[in-house]
Amino acid sequence: MAIDRRALIKSLAVGGTAVAAGVAPASAAVRKTAPPGAMGMLYDATLCIGCKTCVVACKQANDMPAESAANGGLWDAPTDLDSKTKNIIKLYHEGEQESFVKQQCMHCVDPGCASACMLHSLHKDEVTGVVMYDPTYCVGCRYCMMACPFNIPKFEFEKAAPKIVKCELCRQRIKDAAVMGPGGFTHYLKGQGPACCEVCPREAVIYGRRDELLGEAKRRIAAWPGKYYKDRVYGEFDGGGTQVLYLAHVPFDRIGLPDLGTQPVPETAYAVQEGIYYKVPFLAPVGLFAVLGAVIYRNRRADSVGAAEKEGKR
Amino acid sequence: MSSHAQVHVAMGGRLMTRPFMVLLAIAGVGAVTAAVRFLYGIGAVSNLSNGYPWGVWIAIDVVVGTAIGCGGYAVGILVYILNKGQYHPLVRPAVLTSLLGYGLAVIAVIIDLGRFWSLWKVPVYVWRWSHSPQLEVALCVAAYTLVLMIELSPALFEKLRAGTSTGLRRLAERGLTLVEKNFVWILALGLLLPTMHQSSLGTMMLLPGPRMHPLWLTPWLPLLFVVNCILIGFAVVVLEATFSAAAFGRPRETVMLASLSRIAGWIAVGWSVFRVGEAALAGKLGYLNSGYGLAFMAEVLLPLAAAAILLSERRRQAMWQVRGAILLFVGAALHRVDTYLVAFRPGQAFSYFPAVPELLITFGIIAAEVAIYIAVVKTFPILEGPVPAKKTF
Repeated sequence: MAIDRRALIKSLAVGGTAVAAGVAPASAAVRKTAPPGAMGMLYDATLCIGCKTCVVACKQANDMPAESAANGGLWDAPTDLDSKTKNIIKLYHEGEQESFVKQQCMHCVDPGCASACMLHSLHKDEVTGVVMYDPTYCVGCRYCMMACPFNIPKFEFEKAAPKIVKCELCRQRIKDAAVMGPGGFTHYLKGQGPACCEVCPREAVIYGRRDELLGEAKRRIAAWPGKYYKDRVYGEFDGGGTQVLYLAHVPFDRIGLPDLGTQPVPETAYAVQEGIYYKVPFLAPVGLFAVLGAVIYRNRRADSVGAAEKEGKR
Repeated sequence: MSSHAQVHVAMGGRLMTRPFMVLLAIAGVGAVTAAVRFLYGIGAVSNLSNGYPWGVWIAIDVVVGTAIGCGGYAVGILVYILNKGQYHPLVRPAVLTSLLGYGLAVIAVIIDLGRFWSLWKVPVYVWRWSHSPQLEVALCVAAYTLVLMIELSPALFEKLRAGTSTGLRRLAERGLTLVEKNFVWILALGLLLPTMHQSSLGTMMLLPGPRMHPLWLTPWLPLLFVVNCILIGFAVVVLEATFSAAAFGRPRETVMLASLSRIAGWIAVGWSVFRVGEAALAGKLGYLNSGYGLAFMAEVLLPLAAAAILLSERRRQAMWQVRGAILLFVGAALHRVDTYLVAFRPGQAFSYFPAVPELLITFGIIAAEVAIYIAVVKTFPILEGPVPAKKTF
């Protein structure tokens, strides 16, 4: 017994050290950056007049049904993102402060939803960085919905064969390669870009490559110092960075853009998971298996050899 | 462990007793409700929403359900790793409870999955595997359910061996030899897999981090979940053994359970100290002055109260063993429900309380679990002991 226990503690300690050694370097992993061709949007809340043309255009472009629950079936008036609405304009109103805000997928640089997904049903396109959904491999577990800090992926709870619904930057409209458009933004041909951006009458939301949009946002901040909240672009580094960027004159957290810090959402979970299983591939589980097997084998042999003696002790 | 004089025996007795039929009725209502869910969608029977995509099916049926299935794991560590052979009579019933806990958790998962018909792709499409902690949980739970079936198969083989058909008898002999020969690595797998997926169940809730209440968000979640499942495992073993004794008129295993209680008591103390210590070191004690703080304190105090009983001389009385085990179970299960449901905060626009049909499915699953346990224990050699006096339950 005494020998067994000492051997057990020793081997468990060895296994534990191996796991700890794996976890430590993984947490210092290099953070992901957006792909060079990352496409995105820039929404400027100071320009938006809340006309919701983008909401209508999004529904048409994505062939989404009307959401008329709020008015008894009279007209399409979604009140929040849901399985029929991938893009919405909301109004934030508090005292003197007022601001519209557009909500849709942020197309994170290191997306929580894609990290949650078991078979890459949700995955980030290697070229454009758009977070795309392929229902073929989706089991409908809704872990992506739990993992998204912006509460973006929605689910067709009303259907027997449901899917996840979220903005995919109108990727289904693209037929030709992107070209350099007016104003220095990489654009698709008319009718192939994100519908919300193409119809916005105030250019409150524009699209292009992420680096171009980031430059534009910083130009606006430089041109009008003090106009924008903290003279800051939301999404440059927030939550590890997003490909949809925001400028606003009100605090970001009041218009549904949470204070995430610069840490990518999946970082902690990945540090743990990678550390245990992938840093040194499957060392921890295989090692633990070997230790458990060895201890069981040893105990069993000792048990059968010294069975009579043991019975006596008991 | 051939050194034991006693053997596994089927309890026998009439199956269709009144309590058994009540359990079947509850399970039947759950099955009908599940049929409605499959025909008309998850929204038709549940209050799950775009804010709360996970509810009681995940938090209770799956996350607590698999922990109930950790009795086999907890006792397995004791008997085969720490070499405490005296607990061997608890192993086979614990493995049965484990198989039921896991098997029914798998059924609950299928009810909860929106696109369950694609589930087979998860183990098959290896080249599409991500590093999601949930993938690890899914694969390990499936594998463990198979391992539990193998671990329990001797009960089936022993019954067949006692049968009349020579062909089946030979098959049973061969099966028993096969399991006996591969005993070491099957058992090692049976202890490795729960360690893996129970810790990953903790890792899973690190991903919703920004929307989790800080009292439940700690990188130690994987460790907490492993310790937690051992606590629940011991509690379930005590409750299950006491229930079997009462229901089947067997001699009580009070002495054995008293020493098991002591082990569970010390782990409970460790659990509570670690929870408070972690919160204190991370500077999270300020959150205690809130509703969330109450839930946190319940998770700490209930296991401590259980430990106070299980470490005192009262643990030698069957009634106090049960009280301690219930306190331990509730306290530890609360941590699981809190982590998966209460601590998740999608914003003020959303609220969640389970719908009645949603609960009917959960109740149905629990009832099915108890009913199958009773039926199997009466039919197959699971419990150890001399042939008991026939008594119906």
